[in-house]
Amino acid sequence: MDKTYNNRAWLLVIPVFVLVALSAIIPIMTVVNYSVQDTFGGNQFFWAGTEWFQDVLRSERFWNAMSRNLVFSVIILAIEIPLGIAIALAMPRKGIWVPVCLVLMALPLLIPWNVVGTIWQIFGRADIGLMGYLLSELGINYNYASNVLDAWVTIIIMDVWHWTSLVVLLCYAGLVSIPDAYYQAARIDGASRWSVFRYIQLPKLRGVLIIAFLLRFMDSFMIYTEPFVLTGGGPGNSTTFTSIDLVKQAVGQFDLGPAAAMSLIYQLVVLLVCYVFYTVMTNVGADKPVEVED
Amino acid sequence: MARITLDKIAHSYLPSPKSDADFSLKEIDHDWHDGGAYALLGPSGCGKTTLLNIISGLLTPSKGNILFDGENVTDLPTELRNIAQVFQFPVIYDTMTVAQNLAFPLANRHVARDEIDRRVSEMIEILDLGDKADRKARGLTADEKQKISLGRGLVRHDVNAILFDEPLTVIDPHMKWQLRTKLKELHRQLGHTMIYVTHDQTEALTFADKVVVMYEGEVVQIGTPEDLFDRPAHTFVGYFIGSPGMNVISCELDGKKARIGESTISLGKAYGKDTGKIELGIRPEFVKFTNKKSGLPFQVEAVENIGRFRIARGSVEGHGITALLQEGEVVPDSPRVAFEKDRINIYSDSHIVEGKG
Amino acid sequence: MLELVNVGKKVGNIDHISNVSMKLERGSLNVLLGPTLSGKTSLMRLLAGLDRPTSGDILMDGESVVGVPVQKRNVAMVYQQFINYPAMTVYENIASPMRVAKRDRAEVDRRVLEAAELMKMTPYLDRTVLNLSGGQQQRTALARALVKDAGLVLLDEPLANLDYKLREELRIELPRIFAETGAIFVYATTEPQEALLLGGDTATLHEGRVTQFGRTIDVYNQPGDLLTAQTFSDPPMNVVPAEIRSGKLHFLDAVAPLPTPASNLPEGSCKIGFRPHHAALTPGNGNELKIDLPVAASEITGSETFVHLEDGQSRLVVLSHGIHNMKIGSTVSVYLDPRKFFVFDSADQLVAAPVLNQAEVA
Repeated sequence: MDKTYNNRAWLLVIPVFVLVALSAIIPIMTVVNYSVQDTFGGNQFFWAGTEWFQDVLRSERFWNAMSRNLVFSVIILAIEIPLGIAIALAMPRKGIWVPVCLVLMALPLLIPWNVVGTIWQIFGRADIGLMGYLLSELGINYNYASNVLDAWVTIIIMDVWHWTSLVVLLCYAGLVSIPDAYYQAARIDGASRWSVFRYIQLPKLRGVLIIAFLLRFMDSFMIYTEPFVLTGGGPGNSTTFTSIDLVKQAVGQFDLGPAAAMSLIYQLVVLLVCYVFYTVMTNVGADKPVEVED
Repeated sequence: MARITLDKIAHSYLPSPKSDADFSLKEIDHDWHDGGAYALLGPSGCGKTTLLNIISGLLTPSKGNILFDGENVTDLPTELRNIAQVFQFPVIYDTMTVAQNLAFPLANRHVARDEIDRRVSEMIEILDLGDKADRKARGLTADEKQKISLGRGLVRHDVNAILFDEPLTVIDPHMKWQLRTKLKELHRQLGHTMIYVTHDQTEALTFADKVVVMYEGEVVQIGTPEDLFDRPAHTFVGYFIGSPGMNVISCELDGKKARIGESTISLGKAYGKDTGKIELGIRPEFVKFTNKKSGLPFQVEAVENIGRFRIARGSVEGHGITALLQEGEVVPDSPRVAFEKDRINIYSDSHIVEGKG
Repeated sequence: MLELVNVGKKVGNIDHISNVSMKLERGSLNVLLGPTLSGKTSLMRLLAGLDRPTSGDILMDGESVVGVPVQKRNVAMVYQQFINYPAMTVYENIASPMRVAKRDRAEVDRRVLEAAELMKMTPYLDRTVLNLSGGQQQRTALARALVKDAGLVLLDEPLANLDYKLREELRIELPRIFAETGAIFVYATTEPQEALLLGGDTATLHEGRVTQFGRTIDVYNQPGDLLTAQTFSDPPMNVVPAEIRSGKLHFLDAVAPLPTPASNLPEGSCKIGFRPHHAALTPGNGNELKIDLPVAASEITGSETFVHLEDGQSRLVVLSHGIHNMKIGSTVSVYLDPRKFFVFDSADQLVAAPVLNQAEVA
């Protein structure tokens, strides 16, 4: 519908357009440019076509990193989503404790990634860190720098500590928006605590859960700082996720072409998985189109 | 089904109420019959929702007790009072089908499977939802959802009372009548005690056997629709029921006569000397134009033609009066009006006074 | 004067408004009456300039205003939902259009107080809108529309969300307030009662078409066709099929004389319409026809009772004075005065309407 005839409205869009161009479109085009050429520095470029893409797709190193990402994201989602819902359910709905809880929940979100990494890196060290010291005193052999499992557990704990709050806050917002009448009706119907969750709270949380799911997937799939700060991708290559590998290639080895091709494939994978998630999640249990009745 | 006794109930939202004005619900002491259909009627802020919440158990009254069939339930929570409630906005379980919604309260109470099936299919029949039994409840229209909310109460045969909190708010105008008729029919058929909160006179009067009119936290009248129309116990009832509302004119009493300014009208009954503010109430339906000299001179300000009748607005002795003109009736030149004698009510400090003879 | 010439609005393949022609005079009150989705809001959007008609022309004082954006037209609009600036006081809300127009302080102050007085909002001027009841919020919105000095004021079911007693009072006050400002008022409603109480002129709408436009009471008394008569009838008009045989009307089980204006109708089928208040449960002057029907339901509205009667295919509503508790299923006698009949021909056009007293029509 043509709600307005004022073409000057387009002028108002220009600042956003410029901003998006500077922040996204131009950098992406640069990467695309790199991905199809070979460069040895000194601004010498040779056309490489799809060669780098083929290389990346054939390399075992890339697929290993990719599967590490996938395993990590699945574990993160499996922990953070249920934990987030549980904490949101346990939080008070009214009273003086509400702001206290909200601030406590928001606190980890305010800390920069590398600081989180550094905190846990120190916290877990057996010589100067409280946790590492306590664990070794208890006779548990804990060392994230040499043990693969310990490194993974540490990174997962870091991420859970850092980001479960986001899921909690989203779910909490969803929960407080459920009208009281629903809880009252459930009490009148004699519903158990589980039924209330299953038939009222969970269906009403659908929308925010889709958002939480997508946000946490994207973020965990692109994890970089935590393993980089903790072990730099080690021990061995056990925590070398795709993003870490990417930086190693681009900055460490200065293979700009392959790195560019890899980052484009990486980005496509993230987009694709998100798209599939979104479509599936919005369609599961959604309304079938109501047949027209006379 | 149960008799509901409100034993000197009053409520204040303040922790330590001092004066009468601190009470959102002033003292009420009444017995509601088992199987009766009651409506709580009044404008917003009159205390009707407070009273409903006290009955449902959401609120504990500051004073007094509430009894179901003589048993004190004042301190029982909602779930133990065995009541059902239909809310202003339809509350349904989105992910369940219509039939599952209706089965839910029974399944929670561990009723046998075949008994649940029997009652649910019976209820679907009663509510005319036959073709939608296996549809997800979320895709239905607002009036169908309200029927489901109601059905979840009705499937439980032992409910003490069914409460309605302005249940037709979100229903399309042309569906309101149908749903209202259905409610009345269900009440007759199943005989539950029903309590219906509304600010709409049509809804209250069509639904209820007894209407409880509330005003500023006080129950000003409990009566049948006829009582409320013929003998409003409070000037507010006269104003609130009927459209346009009752004319209320301040006057002086003199035995069987009332004086309005310079004019005198005979009342047919004798009233004692009252000290309060005396007012005369007469519905516009019973203000008649007359040629007789005994009529009161009526100054016409406007005549509104609203189709099936016309409303004459004007004044008698400086008091605003409305009169209804039936089709075919015209306002005479230099009009005079007479009040139908046995339709006049006398009020002292807004409350009705009984006459003698 | 605002003039619509063959205005149409198509969205996709669907006609939202088709071929509407109307002339709205300055200082007039025009009611758009029709059920939900009959096109009232679409027509208002066209009048406001929020939408552009796909055919026809809209002229303001003889000049086309099609394509002139809404900001440049002098229009005020009040919606069914109360729309105010939530954080501002009532005073600032009412003053806001004049602040935009950069009026001087003294004038703003005077006009705000005036409008607030009219809308009985003076005691609440210092309150923020959030702390007001629905009725007070809507009166604030109405006051704001008044001070805007708009040449065209559009009111889209402004009283629909209010308590009915408040609605009753505002309906009486609004026409008086409107008359004083001299603007063109357009008021959309679904309720025939409301149109009658407001008076002025009424256009009845049905599926995007204006079926009739004229003085409100005339449209009510002399609806040109069956559609208009049904739109402008609440409770719904009773319509029964009838047949003309040898100069008489045959319907249900009764026979009635043919009203004079209908004497030229050919033999065959036609329709009879009568309003619920023209059917009585007690005999009047003895000239009525008597029909016996079973009661399907009865409804009480305070001073009157609607009795719904049903007999197989025909369903009638009788509006009776006083409060009657009817037993459902019991048979009652209904008395009909043939002089109160509307008669529609086979093409649903009006041929005869109830005879009215001259003094009533004035």
